Amino acid sequence: MKLIRTLMAAATALAVTAFVAPTFAADDPGPAAYAQALKGKRVMLVPLAMGFDLAQGWAHYLKKEVEAWGGTFETRDPNWVVDAGAQAITDAISSDTRPDVLIIHAPDLNSYSKLMKKAQAAGTYVILVDNPANFPADAFVGSDWDRLGQLEAEAAIKGCGENSSKKIGLVQGDQANSSSLYQYAGIMKVLDKHPDFKVVAKPDSNWDATTSRNVTTTMLQQNPDICSIIDFWDGDATGASAAIRDAKLDGKVFLVTTGGGEKAADCDKLNDGTYGAVVMTDLARQSGDMNAIIKFLLQSGQPAGTSHTYIYTLEKATTKADLKPDSCWDLKALQAEAAAK
Amino acid sequence: MVGWLNFRGLNQEGIVFAIAVVLFVAAAIGLPGFIDPNNLVAIVRSVSVLGILALGMAVVIIGRGIDLSAVAIMAMSVAWYLQLLNTGTSDGLAFAYVLAGVLAIGLLNGFLVAYADVPAIFVTLATGSFVFGYVRSQLITQDAVPVPQGHWVELLGGLRFLDIPIEVFVFAGLAFLFFLFLRYTKWGRYIYFAGDNPVAARNIGIPVRPMLVLRYVLSAFVALIAGLLTAASLHSINTRVVNSTLLYDIVLVAVIGGIGLSGGRGGVRNVLVGAALIGILLNAMTIIDIPLLYQNLIKAAILLGAIIVDGIINPRDEQTAQQGDI
Repeated sequence: MKLIRTLMAAATALAVTAFVAPTFAADDPGPAAYAQALKGKRVMLVPLAMGFDLAQGWAHYLKKEVEAWGGTFETRDPNWVVDAGAQAITDAISSDTRPDVLIIHAPDLNSYSKLMKKAQAAGTYVILVDNPANFPADAFVGSDWDRLGQLEAEAAIKGCGENSSKKIGLVQGDQANSSSLYQYAGIMKVLDKHPDFKVVAKPDSNWDATTSRNVTTTMLQQNPDICSIIDFWDGDATGASAAIRDAKLDGKVFLVTTGGGEKAADCDKLNDGTYGAVVMTDLARQSGDMNAIIKFLLQSGQPAGTSHTYIYTLEKATTKADLKPDSCWDLKALQAEAAAK
Repeated sequence: MVGWLNFRGLNQEGIVFAIAVVLFVAAAIGLPGFIDPNNLVAIVRSVSVLGILALGMAVVIIGRGIDLSAVAIMAMSVAWYLQLLNTGTSDGLAFAYVLAGVLAIGLLNGFLVAYADVPAIFVTLATGSFVFGYVRSQLITQDAVPVPQGHWVELLGGLRFLDIPIEVFVFAGLAFLFFLFLRYTKWGRYIYFAGDNPVAARNIGIPVRPMLVLRYVLSAFVALIAGLLTAASLHSINTRVVNSTLLYDIVLVAVIGGIGLSGGRGGVRNVLVGAALIGILLNAMTIIDIPLLYQNLIKAAILLGAIIVDGIINPRDEQTAQQGDI
């Protein structure tokens, strides 16, 4: 009897719960908790500079989302000057309106490490974007540059083909920026597996288009039978492409580079044959990843510097053959959209 | 002084020229492909824009001044021009705006130095920052501004005579014009007097101040030409160049060739020698595939070496020092 009574009591309890449950569903605690955790929170982006496609794209997507959940979004523009960036971060940490999330585009492996530590100590979550650094940030969102280099090398090998000279030239960025160093490592990994392919020269452009043009001119002068050149950034690859054009080697040298997938910078140039392949970052998705991790961190309740997450953006080498209308995002359109508001 | 007569050919210009020749011969022997005519053209071309800017700088330095706004004017004027074109302004109007802007900045530089007596180094540092900041924040939307397709600037970049890029001819032409100006015109000669001793030059009736203004205007226009050539070759202009070491390279080319920062000395030949050394050096180091860090080190070491040797051969004393020498 006792057992039956217990069972009946349990059944009643269950029935009551089942009966009450629909009223709970109508009152989902999610939005309230979400709003409470996020409302009024400050997010600041400190890129290398605000004047180039990646930063403008990130800022666009982040702003849209942050403002939608009632936060404030700000940017700082160090204009490629490391000191100015450091100053911006220092000011941000010590100001009354200290950001709750700081998104940093690091210029090299070490420059901002101490500052980022300070920011975390003050309670600000630090997210590294695009360029890794020697610092355990709360999250890294960006490219796996080693993998990106591998994709570039594979594209170059494919672009050259089996019956080519198998000579590849590299136009590196510099010897300090992690994106350049890891990219190089990735390229070499693939080329080690293809011993018949040879790197004939690997000058630095210092990310400058004129320098890229000059070193590429010399490279092509010395090795006119180069079948592919990998330039480490679309920001200066215009120089390498000018050198190829001047040497009248258009169509003979397969130019590979990497960029943020902006229409004028990448897709238009794939279309007109300037670039053979571009390893493009899906900027909208990358920004989406940042938005997701910001929302997670702000709700997690964990102190800054507790966890370290790596969110690598899916990269793909795009050639003219697999260009689609949505392969690129259009900075002009974003600017027009912002101006229309 | 008589004892030094034997070394007269060995001033800094001579030393740098000698280093350039030695490097050239060594590279011609040691590096395959260096002596190839196409490579020699590439060398000249690689220093053409640098050399053009250095010509403008040289004229200012000879008049005992310095123009630190040259790179900002070069990049920003052309960036603004292209931005105007991209947003639909007619070519003639856009070019007129930019010409007026360049003229205004040159006049401002010259006026502040000549009439307000502010040291050139501060004036041009400030106007350079102003030009960059204003144009970057107010007039253009991005660091890199592309040349509209099919525009004459793009066609200019593809222009070749005898397979030699147009920059080389512009550099040569401007060098010749500057040579004629400095050597054979009255105002050209006056620049040396004004640079050597501005007070004395003024006392003998030379229009020192208007000439000063002219030099900064000249330098600004030369910068515009350099910018147009850069955009012509790359089909875009990237304003990031303002943050690069280009400005120091321009001063380096002028100074390494033997144009004293204290003014009154040097000429077009010094710029050519300086540009030749830098061109040969960079080309040879690129062929050998020396990393950029070491390239800068080697460049700096050679400059330092040239200055030290110059210091030993031409020691400073009361007779060679001038008033206001740096």
